Amino acid sequence: MAAELHVALVAADREVWSGEATLVVARTTSGDIGVMPGHQPLLGVLESGPVTIRTSDGGTVVAAVHGGFISFADDKLSLLAEVAELSDEIDVQRAERELERAKTEGDATAERRADVRLRAAAR
Amino acid sequence: MGAQLRVYKRRIRSVTATKKITKAMEMIAASRVVKAQRKVAASTPYAKELTRAVTAVGTGSNTKHPLTTQADTVVRSAVLLLTSDRGLAGAFNSNAIKAAEQLTGRLEREGKEVEIYVVGRRGLAHYNFRERKVADSWSGFTDEPTYADAKKVAAPLIEAIEKDTADGGVDEIHIVFTEFVSMMTQTALDDRLLPLSLEDVAKEAAPKGEILPLFDFEPSAEDVLDALLPRYVESRVYNALLQSAASKHAATRRAMKSATDNAGELIETLSRLANAARQAEITQEISEIVGGASALADATAGSDR
Repeated sequence: MAAELHVALVAADREVWSGEATLVVARTTSGDIGVMPGHQPLLGVLESGPVTIRTSDGGTVVAAVHGGFISFADDKLSLLAEVAELSDEIDVQRAERELERAKTEGDATAERRADVRLRAAAR
Repeated sequence: MGAQLRVYKRRIRSVTATKKITKAMEMIAASRVVKAQRKVAASTPYAKELTRAVTAVGTGSNTKHPLTTQADTVVRSAVLLLTSDRGLAGAFNSNAIKAAEQLTGRLEREGKEVEIYVVGRRGLAHYNFRERKVADSWSGFTDEPTYADAKKVAAPLIEAIEKDTADGGVDEIHIVFTEFVSMMTQTALDDRLLPLSLEDVAKEAAPKGEILPLFDFEPSAEDVLDALLPRYVESRVYNALLQSAASKHAATRRAMKSATDNAGELIETLSRLANAARQAEITQEISEIVGGASALADATAGSDR
């Protein structure tokens, strides 16, 4: 059994991150799911939420993912998202402003999106 | 300066100005083609993975879904036509419109009602001018479409196909767009977007007869398919929008290149004519002077005697 899996985090208009990892944690509609090498083939619907990738060199990559899919087969994992941002790409101030605005306007989806961004950036 | 020469000079100046403009437009279009091509390439991984996933669900489960099942009798079809907002692109828009008209004609001959959805002001103008009904239209983003634009376009289409035919829904969706084959070749083509033919998708995803693993679906195959298919449609629309944009820029580049070349030729011809006119003027002046001088000489010679 291979000790690592190949991860590709792909947004609709670009490839956000790809590399080797030992563990990927993502949020599906039925709860958080952790995928390690050798997991059974899986295809799931992702919720808007942070995705944590533990890379094989010991680092951690966190990304905010808004909707999409996780698919895993043959130690190849793809995370497909309409919008995905790595934690260091996130503009914290903008997300905070967005959160304020969403709260005052009562826009639940925008609030959730901003919240996910902030939480991903905070890790 | 003679009147003839002045007219030529003025025309040369105006054609030179036009040439400068078309040259600039050519270069802008050339740089935009490259950018648009890069965007097509950047969207490929997503589209590829999505196609793989759709195939996996489609072949790995016996789920029936309105987006994959062919209706017994197709009453209404939707046609999505992608054109551009601006012209100056040779036959780009007319080719796309012609392809859409042919498709519409074919569908109508098969006894189907056709609803037209149009992207781009050029296509919309075509239908408005003929006072033909357009179900929905979008414009303003055809030069650089984003994924959000594709979502906006795909949303009413998905809604229409999910609705019952009796309530005004459609049974199939066709898309007409201009495929970017190469810098020199772009072809307008039509493609059935929905219902999906899973065999075709499977061929696209795994051309080498690769066997897909048996997936575990989270939460269930139906839910995954429910979520997956609209995304698949969006991604197909996005890809078509990007290809159409790249094709439009390539067509503009070519049209502007031939306009620049024509302007160059015109300037050359006009310069020749202007030179001939100037030469004729000089020749005339010389003959006038010579004629005048010899007349004077004759007169003096006469008075001496």
